[in-house]
Amino acid sequence: MNAIAALSPYSSALGKPNIERHTLSVLVDNEPGVLARVVGLFSGRGYNIESLTVAEVAHGEHLSRITIVTTGTPEVIEQISHQLERIVPIHKVTDLSMQARVIERELAMIKVHGTGEHRSEALRLSEAFRAKVIDATIESFIFELTGSPGKIDDFVELMRPIGLVEVSRTGVAAITRGAKGM
Amino acid sequence: MSKQMTGAEMIVEALKDQGVDTIFGYPGGAVLPIYDALFQQDSVQHVLVRHEQGAAHAAEGYARSTGKVGVLLVTSGPGATNAITGLTDALLDSIPLVCLTGQVPTHLIGSDAFQECDTVGITRHCTKHNYLVRSIEDLPRILHEAFYVARSGRPGPVVVDLPKDVQFALGMYQGPLNIQHKTYQPKLKGDADRIREAVAMMAKAKRPVIYSGGGVVNSGPEASKLLRELVALTGFPITSTLMGLGAYPASGENWLGMLGMHGTYEANHTMHDCDLMIAIGSRFDDRITGRLDAFSPGSKKIHIDIDPSSINKTVKVDLGIVGDCAHVLEDMINVWRTEGHKVDDEALAGWWKQIDHWRARKSLAYRASKTTIKPQYAVQRLYELTKDRDTYITTEVGQHQMWAAQHYHFEEPNRWMTSGGLGTMGYGLPAAIGTQMAHPKSLVIDIAGEASILMNMQEMSTAVQYGLPVKIFILNNEYMGMVRQWQELLHGGRYSQSYSNALPDFVKLAEAYGGHGVRCSDPADLDRAILEMINYPGPVIFDCIVDKQENCFPMIPSGKAHNEMILAELSDDAGVAIGSIIDEKGKMLV
Repeated sequence: MNAIAALSPYSSALGKPNIERHTLSVLVDNEPGVLARVVGLFSGRGYNIESLTVAEVAHGEHLSRITIVTTGTPEVIEQISHQLERIVPIHKVTDLSMQARVIERELAMIKVHGTGEHRSEALRLSEAFRAKVIDATIESFIFELTGSPGKIDDFVELMRPIGLVEVSRTGVAAITRGAKGM
Repeated sequence: MSKQMTGAEMIVEALKDQGVDTIFGYPGGAVLPIYDALFQQDSVQHVLVRHEQGAAHAAEGYARSTGKVGVLLVTSGPGATNAITGLTDALLDSIPLVCLTGQVPTHLIGSDAFQECDTVGITRHCTKHNYLVRSIEDLPRILHEAFYVARSGRPGPVVVDLPKDVQFALGMYQGPLNIQHKTYQPKLKGDADRIREAVAMMAKAKRPVIYSGGGVVNSGPEASKLLRELVALTGFPITSTLMGLGAYPASGENWLGMLGMHGTYEANHTMHDCDLMIAIGSRFDDRITGRLDAFSPGSKKIHIDIDPSSINKTVKVDLGIVGDCAHVLEDMINVWRTEGHKVDDEALAGWWKQIDHWRARKSLAYRASKTTIKPQYAVQRLYELTKDRDTYITTEVGQHQMWAAQHYHFEEPNRWMTSGGLGTMGYGLPAAIGTQMAHPKSLVIDIAGEASILMNMQEMSTAVQYGLPVKIFILNNEYMGMVRQWQELLHGGRYSQSYSNALPDFVKLAEAYGGHGVRCSDPADLDRAILEMINYPGPVIFDCIVDKQENCFPMIPSGKAHNEMILAELSDDAGVAIGSIIDEKGKMLV
């Protein structure tokens, strides 16, 4: 018996909980500690963070945009949005996954070791994925790849048998299509 | 009106501009400049506590009994960390506080300097917001913002961490005018369409109940007035959480008593069987709901709350209205009147008949005794002998707190100061001190347990220093009673560490502090002893020796639903029988 889970307010009494992946865009005042407030909220209340990116987007106004990919039941996702809105220096929280059309992109740098056939196979695949070679030695490449998280996952998996050394990923940045802002 | 002054002077100036007349605090190295500025003025009175936790609870008592922001001033490091329990308490009960903490000078921050701690880091999770003031230019704005954030929307504690060099620095002070917050602007008015929908649902209801909470008290006296008006207009039954007591008068004919774990039989059954629940400024806390998947299964639920995150947090509701209780209640009443709604009189009469049937169970009854003082009897006598006076009640946490909530009846809001969300033992005495500071002529009583009171006993010294005639009414059963009760119900009566060994002689203790002590163990002598306490013109410790075995009933056992309450008669002979009521799942809950 899963006693604790059955009593949790976040699990539906009927059937399995319906876990969804959502991308939240959070506009914040770029002041000290604001990222700690956001991250602390997630750890303190037991929410998941799949990826998190943050950078200043308007220097004059000291605004930063945090993009968080999280998972949970629809009830939990709604709670996360509302809990984020309670943080004082947060201007706006938008659940991009509730919008019809969203573009998500991530940048990755992928280091691959290989010689001979492996080396040329890596290069061929990188062309298919439109990855850029940003560093090369006799026995290695570093590829730069931009795309959806899934595309990057696919490329990384292809590189693994060839000689994957390491991966550095930025996490997801996301924006809605069309003329309207968040 | 900008004026050049030091940071320390700005702090005192900002307190005056924010209408603060009393602060609670304790000096130390990192706040000396502020204490120096306080020394040189008379507008803001400083109350010296004996421990910073006491300062925080005193500020809470002050805030709850006045509706104003409570202020405390503590030094860096241990000063700040000692205040944390009080800050957390204020966060859970939505009490507006501004906590000024000293900090080591900015150039030493991060160097593990003497009495340094990462105050903003530590308090980030137990405050509504906090600030580290890095430069004198930011200080006036941050001070005024702190008060704004503390009292606006859902109130809460705000920490302003003040490095010592900023306190010494010279800068231009700005008053609170023209300070508009960039991001934090809570919504006060509820959505008009939703309010209309709520009123329509109310008009159709056959078995309605209003379930109000601390949000009504926090919203201000107007909200309580409007709540009473709505009840009078509809004739709906009303129950309230621990935090909401007094918003609707206990003498009101629609009053069901408190609900929840130790609420009345009629309140909990009404909640369980209702077809429409109107939650106003309450948050479906686990003490209220009992087992969630059996919580009021057949009802539509309307939830009015100023905090959007409260809505659908634990209980899914059919209609959420985000807004301030007073604003929303006013609009609801207007819509009810202008649209000429009528309740379903016939259905309501049947509903009241059912409720009266539950009431007839007399769930707060207990077996009276001529030889020992029953704790319920002690609270009842205290109520009877103080109800016609201007009285404020605070409590500690435990059985005595629940008996106070059950047997002391509140007619007005802001008269009842108790630690609800956090359940902080040691809250009551400092809260009574803060309340008495705000209401010097009133009767302020801390209904206490002998274990809780010892957690902040040192504040008796504060009461004596300031001539505060607070009355500490200890229901002394020589046990951490609620712990003992749970051990009886859940752990086979193995009273692990719950006996209060080596208790002090409370009468002598009162005298040692410079107060007055009264002891009573005879029910026949109780009234006389209570009157002696009330009439003594200074602080009193009343050691009321009560029945050691008494348990607090009725009770919704952990993991059970509202209609599975246990009543005192069932529990008469045996913990064993009750112990078997709570299943393994329930035992895991607190």
